[in-house]
Amino acid sequence: MASLLGRFCRKLVVPGSAHGSRMVSTTSCDSEAVKSLNLYSAINQALHIALETDPRSYVFGEDVGFGGVFRCTTGLAERFGKNRVFNTPLCEQGIVGFGIGLAAMGNRAVVEIQFADYIYPAFDQIVNEAAKFRYRSGNQFNCGGLTIRAPYGAVGHGGHYHSQSPEAFFCHVPGIKVVIPRSPREAKGLLLSSIRDPNPVVFFEPKWLYRQAVEEVPEHDYMIPLSQAEVIREGSDITLVGWGAQLTVMEQACLDAEKEGISCELIDLKTLLPWDKETVEASVKKTGRLLISHEAPITGGFGAEISATILERCFLKLEAPVSRVCGLDTPFPLVFEPFYMPTKNKILNAIKSTVNY
Amino acid sequence: MAMWFARSRNLVSSLRQNLGLSAILIKRNHSSPRPVFTNYQLSSKVFLDPSTSFRHESTAVESQPDLVQQSDHEDDAQELDFPGGKVGYTSEIKFIPESSSRRIPCYRVLNEHGKIISDSDFIPVSEKLAVRMYEQMATLQVMDHIFYEAQRQGRISFYLTSVGEEAINIASAAALSPEDVVLPQYREPGVLLWRGFTLEEFANQCFGNKADYGKGRQMPIHYGSNQHNYFTVSSPIATQLPQAAGVGYALKMEKKNACAVTFIGDGGTSEGDFHAGLNFAAVMEAPVVFICRNNGWAISTHISEQFRSDGIVVKGQAYGIRSIRVDGNDALAVYSAVRSAREMAVTEQRPVLIEAMTYRVGHHSTSDDSTKYREADEIQYWKMSRNPVNRFKKWVEDNGWWSEEDESKLRSITRKQLLQAIQAAEKWEKQPLTELFNDVYDVKTKNLEEQEVGLKALVEKQPQDYPTGFHI
Repeated sequence: MASLLGRFCRKLVVPGSAHGSRMVSTTSCDSEAVKSLNLYSAINQALHIALETDPRSYVFGEDVGFGGVFRCTTGLAERFGKNRVFNTPLCEQGIVGFGIGLAAMGNRAVVEIQFADYIYPAFDQIVNEAAKFRYRSGNQFNCGGLTIRAPYGAVGHGGHYHSQSPEAFFCHVPGIKVVIPRSPREAKGLLLSSIRDPNPVVFFEPKWLYRQAVEEVPEHDYMIPLSQAEVIREGSDITLVGWGAQLTVMEQACLDAEKEGISCELIDLKTLLPWDKETVEASVKKTGRLLISHEAPITGGFGAEISATILERCFLKLEAPVSRVCGLDTPFPLVFEPFYMPTKNKILNAIKSTVNY
Repeated sequence: MAMWFARSRNLVSSLRQNLGLSAILIKRNHSSPRPVFTNYQLSSKVFLDPSTSFRHESTAVESQPDLVQQSDHEDDAQELDFPGGKVGYTSEIKFIPESSSRRIPCYRVLNEHGKIISDSDFIPVSEKLAVRMYEQMATLQVMDHIFYEAQRQGRISFYLTSVGEEAINIASAAALSPEDVVLPQYREPGVLLWRGFTLEEFANQCFGNKADYGKGRQMPIHYGSNQHNYFTVSSPIATQLPQAAGVGYALKMEKKNACAVTFIGDGGTSEGDFHAGLNFAAVMEAPVVFICRNNGWAISTHISEQFRSDGIVVKGQAYGIRSIRVDGNDALAVYSAVRSAREMAVTEQRPVLIEAMTYRVGHHSTSDDSTKYREADEIQYWKMSRNPVNRFKKWVEDNGWWSEEDESKLRSITRKQLLQAIQAAEKWEKQPLTELFNDVYDVKTKNLEEQEVGLKALVEKQPQDYPTGFHI
């Protein structure tokens, strides 16, 4: 309960921005102008830059015209015109299908699905069409200009249909990329990379962080590379891997663990498909222990893929079984959300039992 | 479409009377203009500036203190303001009937004997064009026959024919410009044939050999050619329809003198993507021509099990899309309809729906035996008496543009070319193994590089487990 209250009462400090040692930032230089932005503003900035730098780019989806239900598309229609930034009918399969058509003609289509929970009508277009468009045509055609953005994840009161984390479904589809940013600065750079990547990308934005996360975000046009994980906190006893909003929870657990003498290394995967196995492998070879945490239900979640891969590559280095601290195997519940979620204390317990195995 | 209402205030009797009164209430509107295709309409290159479209008109309710206009006229003259504009209202409870008493008529030009019906509206077709159209229809027939047999002989794994739909295939293609972007379903190889895809190129795709532009990744008949503006066929039904709306929109934004043209069968119109595609094209005011081949069957499912509407043409209006029903076995009618629709789509920047009525003479595919679910008599009737190729042939012959000699020459040469194409395609090398891993992404990813290394080592170590001929 405390963690839930904490979520409502505090603006989150973004992981990796203040605590512990971290790798050299791949983003801004000190001389560049930065601005304190929340996540939706950072996304908004990225979209402004994307549309500014490529006249053949489009942003559309439900309610995108007035700024979007999460305000990510504020000001775009006014600035770039309703021919490039527009509302669509309420039809996800149409939104993605239309986006594929635009992209196949060499444009960049940045489409918005209002909640990740509603992406499923578009699943056929994403899996059977977008993902296979280049391959099946022998590279005569492609829809690499397609980027699908959707808010995902728990928000405290979202229940079944405003809280889902569907990333695992998409990580099983060769031909698309799946990207999940952890913070405003990361989101801007990763979104620009996703938009400009010559492959269709599904970009999940942690809605919990839209307002809650505030960070210094460089104002210029910058990109953060895809398929490169980042060690955002160095440690020696155990490796933790996560993505999106869950990293803030994991970082709190790392801080608590430190007080008990456990040194945690925290990795932000950023791109889930194709994912950076080398960075995780190198870390686990160093620490000998792995813990993965995600909001999505544990069974068949992406943690299973990471666990299996690391087991293959690091078996003899492992001191303990790979631990997964995830959502329960239930639909995302409303009143039971605090019990369902992989909370800081659940993670802390798992850190300790892994270290004490 | 005439909408008519029962006048009776008694609900039950009004419902009963709906059917009985229909003959009385239908009035033929003789004053409605018959479609005349002027040269202006055909050749106009005027484009509506996107900003003058209806899309961005305000839908705000006009502010009025009284929503209901008081008037002395009948009920219907009173109007209400709602989002979407003013609408008249009535105090009579009336239901729009589930269907018109009369089906939407079918536009045709040639009768079954290949004679032009007098006073037909149609766009004239020159001798050169007509002969080319006929030749291509005949070529498609020969191609279908020979590839079908090749599958039966085990030389290719799969095939599906367009038998009975040659007029739709060729006449629609002939009515388009090469810049129009085609998004097929899968029974439209004639469009690709018209655009210049060679028999060898068709054969290569069916054999999945090294020369296949698709690099052997898909089943036969999944042709695609960027050079010919023909998007690669994919098996899922109707997925191309919303994509066509996006393609049309792209062409609109580029101010191209071109439109998207996309095909679908009767069965495909039941898919959600049909609804999505038409609605998006209409709202976005995209230049798209939707051509539905209503051939009566979706594998074994007759259209009576597919929808309860009067076919597909009536659905256009539901989306605000201009529509026409055409005799799909009449090459001249198909040509005129597609040509007109195409011009409308491009000059007015709007979608158009064409329902081409036809019959699927062949089985659904080589995996199907349609005699299991329909009468052999029915198939035979359409094959012989309603044959679109013969019908057009008669017209071309009557004009003195085609002879029996031309016919036998064309058929034997084409047959020979096809057999040669198949023999050559069979002999071609297979794709190198690396093509299994290319094009999943623009650049091979690490996991794919690793898997390729692993697979190559495995194939070298245990070649007996794998088919031969794939160069490592």
